[in-house]
Amino acid sequence: MRQLKGEIGVVAKADGSALFEMGNTRVIAAVYGPREVQNKGQQVNSKEALVRCEYRMAEFSTGDRRRKPKGDRRSTEISLVIRQTMEASILTHLMPRSQIDIFVQVLQADGGTRSACINAATLALADAGIPMRDIVTSCSAGYLCSTPLLDLNYIEDSAGGPDVTVGILAKMDKVTLLQMDAKLPMDTFENVMELAIEGCKAIANYIREVLLENTKRLECQRG
Amino acid sequence: MRDLQLSLNQTQRVRLEAALHELQSLAPAAAAAAAVTVADTIPVNDEDNILKGHGTSDQDGEVVATLCGVVERVNKLVYVRTLRARYKPEVGDIIVGRVIEIAPKRWRLEINFSQDAVLMLSSMSLPDGIQRRRTAVDELNMRSIFEENDVICAEVRGFQHDGSLHLQARSQKYGKLERGQLLIVPAYLVKRRKQHFHHLERYDVDLILGCNGFIWVGEHVVVGENTDKTEVKPALSTEVENFTPLETRKHICRLANAVRVLSALGFTLTVELIIETAEASVSSNVEINAMLGAEFYVHTAEAEAKRRADLLRKKSGAR
Repeated sequence: MRQLKGEIGVVAKADGSALFEMGNTRVIAAVYGPREVQNKGQQVNSKEALVRCEYRMAEFSTGDRRRKPKGDRRSTEISLVIRQTMEASILTHLMPRSQIDIFVQVLQADGGTRSACINAATLALADAGIPMRDIVTSCSAGYLCSTPLLDLNYIEDSAGGPDVTVGILAKMDKVTLLQMDAKLPMDTFENVMELAIEGCKAIANYIREVLLENTKRLECQRG
Repeated sequence: MRDLQLSLNQTQRVRLEAALHELQSLAPAAAAAAAVTVADTIPVNDEDNILKGHGTSDQDGEVVATLCGVVERVNKLVYVRTLRARYKPEVGDIIVGRVIEIAPKRWRLEINFSQDAVLMLSSMSLPDGIQRRRTAVDELNMRSIFEENDVICAEVRGFQHDGSLHLQARSQKYGKLERGQLLIVPAYLVKRRKQHFHHLERYDVDLILGCNGFIWVGEHVVVGENTDKTEVKPALSTEVENFTPLETRKHICRLANAVRVLSALGFTLTVELIIETAEASVSSNVEINAMLGAEFYVHTAEAEAKRRADLLRKKSGAR
């Protein structure tokens, strides 16, 4: 597992914001809302909050500077993944007729951006005071040279082995996200999955620590 | 206004850390122990049937927090008081908001709630002060009362059946706010009090602490039922009237900066504390623009730590 670092309150204007680092992967997340629905047409169910997510990679985040148009398929897909994962945890029925916007921006990409984004979004949502069922954390795991690896970086990721990204609700022990981009035999998959879940739990513990410290600090200063 | 971008030097950093540490040690231990984060289990006695309030949910018979905050217990009720979250309106709250839209018979206001608040024309006292049915002409003249981007003070009337939030402004003290500054701070820093309108006579300034975290610092306006509002003033005299004396403007800026510093430090905003901070800046010869600097920031933190320590000592002395 690479070194984790989480910081709350990095965007002044946002309702909640966080910076999350997993090794060299560095992601910033900002949450706006719950606020009035901006585009009424998008609202499907007025009894629940609308969750929107936008994922972007900064142009300078990777080594080779490539022009990526905003609506490219990869980022649309990751936006959708993050949205669905977070929506599973947010108690949307408590905020009727409102919308929550999550913006995640990758500042530095070194593998596992998907996981880092989900972790950053969780921190930012908790900072914004949005009620959630549980803390969602995500971690990736792979299988190279017949050894399961946790939290792949870019080099490990591009080595061609399978890459499993898992997102779990830490306390309830439920899986909300599972993606794999290669084939794996059933028995090795179980090992890899187990490893990823262990990673998720470690991240959940860290996130909880960060949040608790932040809450205590705010309460003490308030007096 | 989350954090002022400060460049502290070494001594200032040490002093600030010491002050914040002092604040931490002064806070009652129970408060720190009651802090919870999302998905923490809240310990409760199984024997007494408890009521689960805001920010809690039931998972396999355990009470689990769904928010970050502090656990509060009132008799049987257990709930989580959030810190950094949007404003949760309660009936009767005095709020400050900004008009964002004029719709048929109503204004829509941004008040830092999850929806826009609605101020109906019928729940407004008309400028001529006469109680009567609102006519179509009134409706057409709505823009002469409030326009878009006007800052307004009003009271929470309640929720409608459809879940929208309605406001009312049936008194002379409510209405448009002019000639001042609107400051937006996190809502948890403003406590509900008996008095939210404050006239600081020494400065000739009005201070309104909106429960939604919108704070108004502006020139004092005389509120009276007898002020002859019907009198139409010629254009020239209104221009003269629009002039706010430089002294007052300076006071407004000083108080506004005091609020900014206090909210950046995350202290509960009370009138006394705001005035005290502004006074401290005057007595230590800090310029208005220097109030947002590192030195005054640290100074305020130290002063607050000292104030709380004194308070605690007095309390324990009385006991």
